[in-house]
Amino acid sequence: MTYIIEGSTGPWEIVVGLEVHCQVVSNSKLFSGASTKFGNDANSNVSLVDAAMPGMLPVINAECVRQAVKTGLGLKAQINKESVFSRKNYFYADLPQGYQISQFDKPIVGKGTIILDMPDGTTKSVGIERLHLEQDAGKSMHDQDPKYSHIDLNRSGVALMEIVSDPDIRHPEEAGAYLTKLRAIVRYLGTCDGNMNEGSMRCDANVSVRRPGEPFGTRCEIKNVNSIRFVMQAIEIEAKRQVEVLESGGEIIQQTRLFDQRLGETRAMRSKEMAHDYRYFPDPDLLPLVFDDAFIAEIEKTLPELPDEKKARFINENGLSAYDAGVLVAEKEKADYYEIVAKGRDGKLAANWVITNLFGALNKAEVGIAESPVTAENLGKLIDLISNDTISGRIAKDVFEIMIETGGDPEKIVEEKGLKQITDTGAIETAIDEVIAANPDKVQEIRDGKDRMLGWFVGQVMKSTGGKANPGMVNKMLRDKILG
Amino acid sequence: MTDLTKLTLAEARDGLAKGDYTSVELTQAHLKSMEAHRNLNAYITETPDKAIEMAKVSDAKRAKGDAGNMEGLPIAVKDLFCTEGVQTTAASHILEGFKPEYESTVTSKLFDNGAVMLGKANLDEFAMGSANTSSYYGNVINPWKGKDGKNLVPGGSSGGSAAAVAGGMALAATGTDTGGSIRQPASYCGIVGLKPTYGRCSRWGVVAFASSLDQAGPMTKTVRDAAIMLGSMAGHDAKDSTSAPMAVPDFEAALTGDIRGMKIGIPKEYRVDGMPEEISKLWENGVAMLRDAGAEVVDVTLPHTKYALGTYYIVAPAEASSNLARYDGLRYGQRVMDEGDSLDDMYSKSRAAGFGKEVQRRIMIGTYVLSAGYYDAYYNKALKVRRRIYEDFANAFGKVDAILAPTAPSAAFAIGENEDDPVKMYLNDVFTVPASLAGLPGLSLPAGLSSEGLPLGLQLIGKPFDEETVLRVGGVLESAANFTAKPFGQEG
Amino acid sequence: MSSLDKETVRRIAYLSRINVSEEGLTELAGDLTRILDFVEELQEVDVEGCEPLTSVADLTLPLRKDEVTDGNIQQKVLSNAPMTDAGCFVVPKVVE
Repeated sequence: MTYIIEGSTGPWEIVVGLEVHCQVVSNSKLFSGASTKFGNDANSNVSLVDAAMPGMLPVINAECVRQAVKTGLGLKAQINKESVFSRKNYFYADLPQGYQISQFDKPIVGKGTIILDMPDGTTKSVGIERLHLEQDAGKSMHDQDPKYSHIDLNRSGVALMEIVSDPDIRHPEEAGAYLTKLRAIVRYLGTCDGNMNEGSMRCDANVSVRRPGEPFGTRCEIKNVNSIRFVMQAIEIEAKRQVEVLESGGEIIQQTRLFDQRLGETRAMRSKEMAHDYRYFPDPDLLPLVFDDAFIAEIEKTLPELPDEKKARFINENGLSAYDAGVLVAEKEKADYYEIVAKGRDGKLAANWVITNLFGALNKAEVGIAESPVTAENLGKLIDLISNDTISGRIAKDVFEIMIETGGDPEKIVEEKGLKQITDTGAIETAIDEVIAANPDKVQEIRDGKDRMLGWFVGQVMKSTGGKANPGMVNKMLRDKILG
Repeated sequence: MTDLTKLTLAEARDGLAKGDYTSVELTQAHLKSMEAHRNLNAYITETPDKAIEMAKVSDAKRAKGDAGNMEGLPIAVKDLFCTEGVQTTAASHILEGFKPEYESTVTSKLFDNGAVMLGKANLDEFAMGSANTSSYYGNVINPWKGKDGKNLVPGGSSGGSAAAVAGGMALAATGTDTGGSIRQPASYCGIVGLKPTYGRCSRWGVVAFASSLDQAGPMTKTVRDAAIMLGSMAGHDAKDSTSAPMAVPDFEAALTGDIRGMKIGIPKEYRVDGMPEEISKLWENGVAMLRDAGAEVVDVTLPHTKYALGTYYIVAPAEASSNLARYDGLRYGQRVMDEGDSLDDMYSKSRAAGFGKEVQRRIMIGTYVLSAGYYDAYYNKALKVRRRIYEDFANAFGKVDAILAPTAPSAAFAIGENEDDPVKMYLNDVFTVPASLAGLPGLSLPAGLSSEGLPLGLQLIGKPFDEETVLRVGGVLESAANFTAKPFGQEG
Repeated sequence: MSSLDKETVRRIAYLSRINVSEEGLTELAGDLTRILDFVEELQEVDVEGCEPLTSVADLTLPLRKDEVTDGNIQQKVLSNAPMTDAGCFVVPKVVE
């Protein structure tokens, strides 16, 4: 997919790399025993370590290490059996230690890959440069008082995985696809809940522009964008800004910028104006993090089937198109739903129903799969009713409408509303005879070779039976009677 | 009645056990001595009420037959150890008024073992210094006096602890040693100081100076006392990731008095240019004593010794610059903030007002050596040289059981000396810093007097986690040296 | 090699968040230069093939169990703070 900004002086290509912070799913913090729970009273999920009291020391949480390794395995990445925690030194109100414990030159996870599923069904692979573990900062609140900011350290010390991509992204939509896929992977793995609006997944985008084929330009970092849609917008807007600056003879200054979704612009962050120097050095309170192959193997055993494998299976075993398979695996809940529906049934038929009918209806109602009124079991039953000729496909659509409305069981709906398909030859024959008798001229047309009139007869018979006649039987019997 | 402040820890322990006196009596005697010697400024905070309370509890415990290893023994706690509910300052203005809501692991252990806290001992600000002249709460004065009666420094940074023990203001004291802060003041004050192996005592709850070097240890009147007290301070702590998961041996049992056949190394590189005659003499005497006791004296080489100070004065300030970033006037301690100030103004004013000169210098030098463009030339280079120093010791310990060297290049000097140039002050650590960089146990014990009649210490350096050998050799050296001189007011 | 000028010291002071007066900068430049001169001799050590020694502890990082064992001590966390409000620490307004 190409994305070119046509400037007044010619075409520009965008180059994007993403840094995603994923909050690790764990009970307690990375280096303290305080809870990671969200939404408690200010400074209640805070230990003396998190508040950086004098003499307090960090002790690492094994689960956070396992989660990082698991995520690395999910990204098909290099797992580093020895990694080092370093201090990133800077002063900020929500950074109690005056440094963030992070990983610098020896991260726990090295190079990996993410396969993007693009909306047009194609794929593209984006390199992962690294994944490292680090502490989250606390929260500064600026709107409580005109003169002061309030500091809550509840989040201070919660484990984050920072996942850094290579600058392989060339299109805002690729950035969207990257985030969608990364979120799917961490959710499949259960290592991060992926909720961008709650801040458990946050994205910084490094954006630059260049003439196609030229070396990379100077980049700007857009900080903390909190939805996939905004990331795509921010990249577009920032790239346009850079093109305008360059085309008017200006220069791009490497800086940190904020995206203002309301104004649809990015602007330089004031607090980051002063040049900083993080003075990374190995944290002397912590020793090298070392584990063996057995540790990794133990985690490998717990890996679920991931989106790419699931997609391949859906294509190869269920006969789905790449596009349909991609849509289904995009969210684990969707894939799980589909798998229940497809179990023991025609996979393609199940996919059609799930994607076209169910997702269509859910989108319209603006609810997620988790809140679907139609359970996977019920949708499966509906498909069974079609397959065993209890109802026709058309009636099934009506039944589905009712299921969406009421969440009801399709068997009961069919029973109660008397929607069972008519498969009684006598009843169908009567209906056919009536239509034939009423339209002798049209019967003649068919006999004269105008085959397509047959469809008209089917329609009339279906109409007269309220759609309940088995269309296959109607077709066959009509053919026998008229042409027989 | 015996002067209870002249007892050793071991004597007081035995006296308490026999019922010769109670912990309350012992404690009161020391509180009285503290009051009498306030001019020495050994304590930043005295805690008499807490001390009497603890002593009462201790006496009651003993009456029930439930006595710990340090039961009823009154000690001073260096004001770098966080003590629950008791002001902990690190001798800095920036922590004035700070009352921790927690007790350091080392003091918890001591108190669990029955020790009674008399108060918080003075020190160099954030343990940065070699003369105890950088405390916001004033200089500590050495109980020993020069011939001309001038006030002398007690050494540093654990100067208050050393003065308290030497001056009969505590039976023993906790110290911390980063580059010599236990051993050098012990030498200057004529007492015993033991820096254990890095990782032997938990650092949890000790205000950090340089995390890869800081180590708590006992400061006592005798080698036996050091063995007793270390037993109550040491041990694995899951709250300190660098704490060694090792059993605590019976250190006192190591004092067999027998060092026959042991190999003692003499590092030739410690014979530095310009070493005062009396220091060389002291060292030679030590060598002779050990030889007489049946040890084999062997020459060893520690080729990178001359680079130890330079390495230390990069590594320690680098770590300190980061460790001290948390003192920002936000969550505890002093805050300086004027109307309309920004967050940065608040930080910069609070830290300028809160930190003394030497601390500011070290923070800045540490910031510089870690900064972009200088990391490799300074910090990373120092870490590599540190490995060379570490390897030097490992090689030497392939041949010997312990190393004997002087503790300091001089006796205590007058207050005000060596203040004109920060580097001059650093040179006091020349013999103590190498073992710190290598994380090895080091014991200083008084082994002779200078021409001015001031105590001089000898240092024994051991293999990692072999405090027992250091104590055993130290015990023999102590008996042989028979150091009986006492500072003014403590004679007889 | 290393003589620190006033501007460098000003920058270090800023990174360290320590207010230093103009005269103070000059004095510090002198002190810090002396310290750097003192550590300069390290440059002559051959450290070819030598790994930096970051800790003498001959251990690897101990891992703790993922259990909530701490927290719910808001009062203790705030008890030493110079300024608090509504369970929060309070600082001069921060502009982002």
